[in-house]
Amino acid sequence: MMMTITDFLFFAFAGVTVAAALGVVTSKNPVHSALFLVLTFFSCSAIWLMLEAEFLAITLVLVYVGAVMVLFLFVVMMLDINVAKMREGFVSYLPIGGLFAFLMLAIMVYVVGPVGPDVMGTAALDNAVVHGPDYSNTEELGEILYTDYVLAFEIAAFILLVAIIAAISLTLRRRPKTKYQTPGNQIKVKRDDRLKIIDSDAEVLK
Amino acid sequence: MDTSVIGLTSYLTLGAILFAISIAGIFLNRKNVVVLLMCIELMLLAANINFIAFSHYLNDLAGQVFVFFILTVAAAEAAIGLAILVVLFRNRRTIDVDDLDELKG
Repeated sequence: MMMTITDFLFFAFAGVTVAAALGVVTSKNPVHSALFLVLTFFSCSAIWLMLEAEFLAITLVLVYVGAVMVLFLFVVMMLDINVAKMREGFVSYLPIGGLFAFLMLAIMVYVVGPVGPDVMGTAALDNAVVHGPDYSNTEELGEILYTDYVLAFEIAAFILLVAIIAAISLTLRRRPKTKYQTPGNQIKVKRDDRLKIIDSDAEVLK
Repeated sequence: MDTSVIGLTSYLTLGAILFAISIAGIFLNRKNVVVLLMCIELMLLAANINFIAFSHYLNDLAGQVFVFFILTVAAAEAAIGLAILVVLFRNRRTIDVDDLDELKG
């Protein structure tokens, strides 16, 4: 069986995705974990491009790599984490974690994967349409997003608003000892607040 | 043209592998809340791969719309989760899960 160039690209990007995901869970330093997660998102967006989900692939890079992962990096670098203490118990949990992961993987591959009895019948499922170069995924997605799914779209916007308010109100704090200006009071000040005229007798110098 | 060896099952298997890795990550890094959040992001990514693969092979854009909303919720979750983490670190000077046992009394 010959591999087409698409197959080769899929296996290359899938390999990078899996290797980077392993890096996320095994690296000692949380900063390295975050950077490995960035690599995972990048290669995953390449795979989404192969599935003709161009808009979501770009969104993944912009929203996740550009915003969420930068936020992660900020927090990881801001917190003073004792890495050595955090790694305690890594080896002792390796067997049970590996066992659970392997069991879940075995079950999922048994149900949907290329080996096994193919319970779901996914292997035969192929209604994929290869679109021409004039097909715009963004346009098609926008057309149903603003018509059929407009309520869900509004709710998503509201969820983002709630997230903004929650994140700001959680982290906002006014330090008690900080000195700060109150522009209103500065503007309202009168001459008498600042200036005092004292009556005093004139002295004659000799 | 050669027949392609990859199909829907290849993408579903990739999603399954990512999901299994993130489950292992939650077990291994169960002290570090930041890495736990990253593992949850990885799980959501695995689910998104499945949605997009089904969307492509069923020729139905509804799957991609769903991924759009998952990305929204995941971004909100990451923002609030990290904000909680920052407040936690300010108050306790640690993010070790084992130290966060005040509710035990």
